[in-house]
Amino acid sequence: MREKVVEVRGLMKSFGDLDVLMGVDLDLYKGENVVVLGKSGTGKSVLIKIMVGLLTQDEGTMQVLGREVSKLSSKELNDLRLKIGFSFQASALYDSMTVRENLEFPLVRNVKGLSKGEKNKMVEEVLDAVGLSQTINQMPSELSGGQRKRIGIARTLILKPEIMLYDEPTAGLDPITCSDINNLINEVRENYNTSSIIITHDLTCARDTGDRVAVLLDGVFGSEGKFEDVFGNPSDQRVKSFYDYNFIK
Amino acid sequence: MADKSTNKEHFLSPKIDKMMLGLADAFSFVRRFFKEVWFPPYEFKEVIRQCYQIGYNSLPLISLTGFIVGIVFTNQSRPSLSEFGATSWLPALISIAIVRAMGPLVTALIAAGKVGSSIGAEIGSMKVTEQIDAMEVSATNPFKFLVVTRVLATTFMIPILVMYTDFVALMGAFLSVNSNESVSFSTYFVQVFEAISFLDIFSSILKSLVFGFTIGIVGCYKGYHSSKGTEGVGKAANASVVLAMFLIFIEELLALQIVNFIRLS
Repeated sequence: MREKVVEVRGLMKSFGDLDVLMGVDLDLYKGENVVVLGKSGTGKSVLIKIMVGLLTQDEGTMQVLGREVSKLSSKELNDLRLKIGFSFQASALYDSMTVRENLEFPLVRNVKGLSKGEKNKMVEEVLDAVGLSQTINQMPSELSGGQRKRIGIARTLILKPEIMLYDEPTAGLDPITCSDINNLINEVRENYNTSSIIITHDLTCARDTGDRVAVLLDGVFGSEGKFEDVFGNPSDQRVKSFYDYNFIK
Repeated sequence: MADKSTNKEHFLSPKIDKMMLGLADAFSFVRRFFKEVWFPPYEFKEVIRQCYQIGYNSLPLISLTGFIVGIVFTNQSRPSLSEFGATSWLPALISIAIVRAMGPLVTALIAAGKVGSSIGAEIGSMKVTEQIDAMEVSATNPFKFLVVTRVLATTFMIPILVMYTDFVALMGAFLSVNSNESVSFSTYFVQVFEAISFLDIFSSILKSLVFGFTIGIVGCYKGYHSSKGTEGVGKAANASVVLAMFLIFIEELLALQIVNFIRLS
């Protein structure tokens, strides 16, 4: 039987009068890539922010690696966060630090007793993994959008996470860079044995990276399964129109 | 269907409730600083970096302003004293005015404008670009790295800047005194130090520590609570300056009352 690494049941979240998630159920199995699709503002990012404890759900359960996130103490939550890599939509690189310092930031604060040589080796290793070794001394402002995304992913990989959460990994990028990022997501899974949740509204990204896709419609998953099954012959008009707008026929 | 927003109940009025909640929030922010400052991990490297940025980078502006304040204050005071034939009291008057009030106040106001706004804008932009969230999800305490370090740096550096401003302002005043009254350098400084007491210097340093803390904590608080994208960053920077200056004037007034009370008793 496949091991579940994330189990979401009846998750609800509102912001004031706005109900965003209204009873979301989701499972993520070890080694699997699940893509969460949906229009902007449907609560896709909220879902993964609850997963790392940046937000708290109103109702429902969020089990990550067998632990209920909302019930963890601050120390336990930090221990769990070390096993989760979060790639932000706008990369969230620290502007005042070089690429090297960005990558070292989580490392020096969470892995004690590393020598300078070991640190350098780990930084070079993750930069190699994302194919950007030459940028090591550059500032984030000197990088392109695609490079920033890659460095953002590298920063999460340095702690060797078990789960990767990608928030709109291809947003704002040209089609060729999008394809590079999609390949990188697949390489990360193979080389680091991660399980991933990919939040996107880009169907190409969903098709190329996802083992399974789940379409978030009006606060619940309206359709879930393999990409071909969900979009092959969609009965739900909302899913169909989502597909039609993404792929111009 | 009833509109949910109309059903909200307020304790006093929406505005007063909001203000009270804001005060409670600010209080808990300050309390969190005092809670976190004592416990490891300590970000010494970042404190040093912030001290350098706040202190060293402010030197040109502080030097120029202090020097001008010294000259202008001397030139403005001279006519009044000369009416009584008391221009020989100028060094003492300048010394008291600069060490007791003008040095700390001018330095703090300049730092509130330069340092406070930059802290507010920097942390604000980190907030809206999710850099603070990124720190949090990498199991790092952003409050410790961003807030504690900056508040410590302003608290340590403002007193040092104040002493430097005092010196530069006294030098500016000396130039004016020397050119008009032909007082020598040593005579001038003997008169300057005779006029001030230990209490003046001690209260000036203590006051500067409070000003420094205020500038740091207000900038961090406003930046940490900024929202609404780039517009929010601008507002955070602006609010950092305005609130810090307002609080500095109130603190100056309170410090004056306390020192006067001590002096009289």
